[in-house]
Amino acid sequence: MDLLANLSQSLQDGDDEKVAALTKEALAAGMSAKQILDNALISGMTVIGNRFKAHEIFLPDVLLSARAMYAGLELLKPLFLKDDIPSRGKVVVGTVQGDLHDIGKNLVSIMLKGAGYEVIDLGNDVPPERFVDTAVAQGAAIIGLSALLTTTMPVMSQVAALLKERGLTGRIKLIIGGAPVSDAYAREIGADAYGFDAVKAVEIVDRFLMRQ
Amino acid sequence: MRPTVAFLNRELIERIVAEGRDILCRMGIAIHNPAALKLLSDGGAVVDVSRHHVRFTSDLIDRALGSAPKGFKLYDVMGEEAVDLSGDRVNYTPGSAALNFLDGATGLMRRPTTADYIRYVRIVSGMPHIASQSTAFIPGDVHEKISDSYRLYLSLLHGEKPVVTGTFTIDSFEIMKDLQLAVRGSEAALKAKPLTVFSCCPTSPLKWSTVTSQNVIDCARYHIPVEFVAMPLSGFIAPVTLVGTLIQHTAETLSGIVLSQLANPGTPILYGGSPAIFDVRYETTPMGAVETEMIDCAYAEIGKYLGLPTQAYIALSDAKQLDAQAGLETSMGATLAALAGINNISGPGMLDFESCFSLEKLVVDNEICGMTLRMIQGIEPKGDFPSLGHFTELVREGHLLISKHTRRYRQEEIHLPGPVIDRANRSRWAEEGSKTLMERASAEINRLEAAYTPSRLPDDVKGELTRLMTAEARRYGMDKLPRESR
Ligand code: B1M
Repeated sequence: MDLLANLSQSLQDGDDEKVAALTKEALAAGMSAKQILDNALISGMTVIGNRFKAHEIFLPDVLLSARAMYAGLELLKPLFLKDDIPSRGKVVVGTVQGDLHDIGKNLVSIMLKGAGYEVIDLGNDVPPERFVDTAVAQGAAIIGLSALLTTTMPVMSQVAALLKERGLTGRIKLIIGGAPVSDAYAREIGADAYGFDAVKAVEIVDRFLMRQ
Repeated sequence: MRPTVAFLNRELIERIVAEGRDILCRMGIAIHNPAALKLLSDGGAVVDVSRHHVRFTSDLIDRALGSAPKGFKLYDVMGEEAVDLSGDRVNYTPGSAALNFLDGATGLMRRPTTADYIRYVRIVSGMPHIASQSTAFIPGDVHEKISDSYRLYLSLLHGEKPVVTGTFTIDSFEIMKDLQLAVRGSEAALKAKPLTVFSCCPTSPLKWSTVTSQNVIDCARYHIPVEFVAMPLSGFIAPVTLVGTLIQHTAETLSGIVLSQLANPGTPILYGGSPAIFDVRYETTPMGAVETEMIDCAYAEIGKYLGLPTQAYIALSDAKQLDAQAGLETSMGATLAALAGINNISGPGMLDFESCFSLEKLVVDNEICGMTLRMIQGIEPKGDFPSLGHFTELVREGHLLISKHTRRYRQEEIHLPGPVIDRANRSRWAEEGSKTLMERASAEINRLEAAYTPSRLPDDVKGELTRLMTAEARRYGMDKLPRESR
């Protein structure tokens, strides 16, 4: 097996030590950081993502592979020019104010990170302003909100209203999810999309940032 | 002999409790609430306000365990004793706070309405094996901000049984307490005769939120019983082993008990929970998993070891409709819980990971509960010794259908479930329309609804409940409550 294929396979096996070692080996063999990133790390993660979507593997497998990917990525980062640091885009996520349910949100966050996005996770019980302020300050193109309580769903519409008030609707996309919310609710409050589950959330982010 | 089930021996219980205490005293937990931190610090805990961090002391835990009542009773809206939460007494209450409702007529899941809720209260009123109401689901036709309190209002207005409930915010506590005071007449009367139990959840792992820790303190101030509902998820936000999950559950639950007893020593509490395993294949928290039910029974053993009354979310199912899975998961849970002697068993009526309620399932579950209640009566001699006389009579008559012994003991010995559980022979079943379980359940709902008599709560009290609730709805821009609510 050639080196990059081997590296990709190690990532899929979730072997972070091997990924780090093989990344070093590939660099020593004169391969470019970009080549390693695209043809081993991202390609390996894409396989993992597809297998996860096909329900062949489960969340812990994705986490192990994501950790392995980062083991390689950390070694590559110093070799990229500052502006070229590979990032698929930034996403601000959090559970809305008054709501402490963060398990679903954490899964969304994990999956987005696994897919290579930079995730700014604000935790739970997050006030509307903080979502918008953080997205603006960090230059994030997407805000992802989670709510599990009927009493806290209205906070989602407050975030939508705040984006509108600041003229950011459309420029910062709003994705919502959680057990009590629905497609219809997303439309009602003017959110850009509703994510049924974490996989769907990644698909939506992919679509909005126009990458596959 | 009362049949029981045990998953832990005493040595293991003691080790789990020691570890749970150790977590609280050595590692500490997070509590995001200045008022709670102050109480704990005044009580002798080591508090770091800036990190919202508390380390408990052994003495603090012992004092809390010493002041928490060993049991307590709930009284219905008329002030009559209704539920005894002590010893090994077993009481069932419907699952609570579902977001969705399985419409029996269409078979489709939808958002519940006020009309559904009132129908629920009516049928639960007539169910012999369901001891209390719970605020089972969330009517979607009122403002979201009153979705917690409005359920309690409807329950107190239309039903008489005590209510297992809870608030979703700090603000809602006020109206939910006022509704109870309206029923009882005074704080002292409410304290003397508790009407509700509030579920309060630590946020696993090892954390209390501002909202739920404040709920614990607020309930304590009015002596309102609290059930602690920790939800460690094995292999995700708790260790994957059942013992590890139990250690975490112990720490989380003890922390709640300390908080409530510091806020008001002697406040009634239930050693409860809703732990679950985490199913990595679907990213769900199965309540019907056998390991989930084992953890429930095991922490109840720990609660009993600590001398406290207990609660669990156990007699419920993750099925999406009223099918065989619903029946098997619910009966397995109800059976284990009854054997474990859990005092307040939550779950009947609930499907889909605590998120969908079905009235048809509730009437089926009522019969499951009835059977388990019979089961824990156990096997006792009843005029059986000496037995020769019975057998002489049997051989002589060819049957014992009308013997004195049969007439004396048939009713207490043989529990006859129905009409939902079908025991007709095939030809009678066919003659009566070959009814499916769903059809029998729906007929039973209609029967219970027809038999419902309005709550005997005096009209002026009902008027006051409506006045309070209307004022609360107005705060959120709703000038009127749905017409059918009254
Ligand atoms: C940005 O884009 C996206 C895209 C997709 C997104 C997304 C964002 N966010 C989520 N998704 C989606 O992707 C995820 C992965 O597939 C999915 O996320 P989920 O979060 O749906 O799924 C998770 C992977 C697993 N599921 C969960 O984690 C939620 C499960 C249930 C049982 C649940 C849990 C676990 C908990 N709870 Co609570 N809890 C319930 C839940 C019932 C249920 N079935 O939903 C629910 C939501 N809780 C409820 C209640 C009442 C409460 N809870 C409370 C507390 C807790 C625990 C702390 C015990 C625990 C949370 C632990 C934690 N760290 O999060 C309290 C909350 C207080 C507060 N202010 O927040 C309290 C108020 C109870 C109380 N009185 O104290 C009910 C809500 C009622 C209502 N009408 O709103 C409830 C339906 C259970 C019930 N029947 O009582 C998708 O929804």
